[in-house]
Amino acid sequence: MPTEIPDTPRTHRSLWMDVWLTFRQHTGALIGVGVFATIVLAVFLGPFVHGVDPQYLDLQARNQGVSFAHPLGTDNLGRDTLAQVFAGGRISLAVGFAAMFLSLVLGTAVGTLAGYFRRLDGPLMRFTDLFLALPLLPLLLVIIMLFRDTLRNAFGPETGIFFLIVFVIGITSWMQTARIVRGEVLAIKEREFITAARSIGTRERRIVSRHILPNALSPIMVSATLGIANAIITESALSFLGLGFPPDFPTWGRLLFDGANFITITPARVLWPGLAISLTVLSVNYIGDGLRDALDPRLRDT
Amino acid sequence: MIRFITRRLMFAVPTLIAISFAIFALLDLAPNDPTGQLPLTIPPEVRAQIRDSLGLDQPFHVRYAKWMEQFFVNEPLNLLEEAFDIEIGASSERPRIRSWATRSPVVDIIAERMPQTLWVVGMSYVFGILIAVPIGVISAYRQYSWFDQIGTFISMVGFSVPTFFTGLLAIILFSVMLQWLPSIYDTTHEVTDLSSFWVQVKQMLMPVMVLALYNAAQLSRFMRSAMLDNLNLDYVRTARSKGLRERAVLLIHVLRNSMIPVVTMIALGVPTIFSGAIITEQIFRVNGLGQLLIVAIQGADIPLVQTLTFLFAVLIVLFNLIADVLYGILDPRIRYD
Repeated sequence: MPTEIPDTPRTHRSLWMDVWLTFRQHTGALIGVGVFATIVLAVFLGPFVHGVDPQYLDLQARNQGVSFAHPLGTDNLGRDTLAQVFAGGRISLAVGFAAMFLSLVLGTAVGTLAGYFRRLDGPLMRFTDLFLALPLLPLLLVIIMLFRDTLRNAFGPETGIFFLIVFVIGITSWMQTARIVRGEVLAIKEREFITAARSIGTRERRIVSRHILPNALSPIMVSATLGIANAIITESALSFLGLGFPPDFPTWGRLLFDGANFITITPARVLWPGLAISLTVLSVNYIGDGLRDALDPRLRDT
Repeated sequence: MIRFITRRLMFAVPTLIAISFAIFALLDLAPNDPTGQLPLTIPPEVRAQIRDSLGLDQPFHVRYAKWMEQFFVNEPLNLLEEAFDIEIGASSERPRIRSWATRSPVVDIIAERMPQTLWVVGMSYVFGILIAVPIGVISAYRQYSWFDQIGTFISMVGFSVPTFFTGLLAIILFSVMLQWLPSIYDTTHEVTDLSSFWVQVKQMLMPVMVLALYNAAQLSRFMRSAMLDNLNLDYVRTARSKGLRERAVLLIHVLRNSMIPVVTMIALGVPTIFSGAIITEQIFRVNGLGQLLIVAIQGADIPLVQTLTFLFAVLIVLFNLIADVLYGILDPRIRYD
């Protein structure tokens, strides 16, 4: 006589459902998702609600405070601060995502190659160590100074500087991802399912793309979120030092830099872009924290 | 131990050479011409002569070798001479790295700016550690208490909010609204008596605290997790069961073991806060090394930028080495020689 199996409802739960269930318990991460989504939506949809041209100069209305026409006031040339914060946010977020993507691709490629092919491990990791020993902020400033004019001539003032900043942030922030991915790949490589895949004649490239990378996805995703925060901070720092985006193409960091000179007259010009940077980075860091907990199988019990 | 240190040194030297080459080659690509800032009336042959006098007519490898010689041989010799008031060889004929903008030796300019940076950066790091260690210890000991929750939140905010925003906020609050503290750092101010000392304290307060809070935010998280790693280990239970007072268990047994990774982290962080000082100096108008670098970059003063950037690289490699050696000394298990 077969033993009675208790009649529990067995709903199918995928890995991502599990991750979401754990992630939902992390209050900070949930608030982070909310705040980040609000900022992204506000920055992209805001101009439809508050349709003032950020570059429109209204010299009659300089350095104004809060009013119905200008909810966050105006700057010394009469430009609307709210519209500028929206416009700056679009660029800052675009730089953040693009630079994160570049550094993620580089870091994952270097990490996977180093972890999977033993011959490449030594040289690639020495190369990573070398990059980690570079003085990054000074070098970023130097590279931007050297190539700003060349790229501006090649792609125009806006696209040129965008490419340059995304490129320099990307190639100077991939090292942590590479190290983490390498460690993960080294561990996965020794598992049985890789041996099984190899035994049925799977080619190297397919082993990496079908079996190793999907399993190394969790650390890659965590470093992606942290990469966005890092890229936004770096871009703001460069712009704040006057070596980022030009003033007619402002980002949050550039708005801070320009506002710093008028801090006694219109402190709001510093307050809002700064708050935007801080909230974005804070929310992204909380999301990263929550993701790390949710993706760690040791913490995600049952 | 000696073998461990020499092995580390053998890694550090090639790294530094590779970095110096990378920096030199990168700056050599510069389209900037040192005569570009001069009046247009200067005839081309004079321009060529100026370029020759700066040594720009020579091929890349010759200039690189000469720069290496100046940086690694001549300048250290000069420093030795100044320090001990002696003369080594024909010191006046030794070529030095000179700034294009001021024509004075780069090392002299850097030495002039060094004290301001060291004071602000050094003090902020010391304060950062003094704030971070107790917070980390208490949050770990009372894990998930309200102190821990608030501490976690504040440190998350602390390292998410960039210093160029906290600095400006501090200026709005303490300089513009309350008018307690000056927003510009006056380097010419000399401390002679108590009141001038107080002025110095007031002008250092904001830059130091802004950097200190940023450093403390990161360190306190690290301190907390290092303490948590140790608190549940067997030796802690042994110490308690021996009847040691909780204070002694925590501060003598657990803290000392938890400090091992924290001390290395502190050593590793020193170069980072130097580059963080680039931003802080810009906010509070401290004319230190960071501000010097920004001015040199904007003025395309290549020798000064080269030397300063390489100095930052030397700092990173040096403190990595120090951190490695410290780790080896403090934790005998790590010494894999």
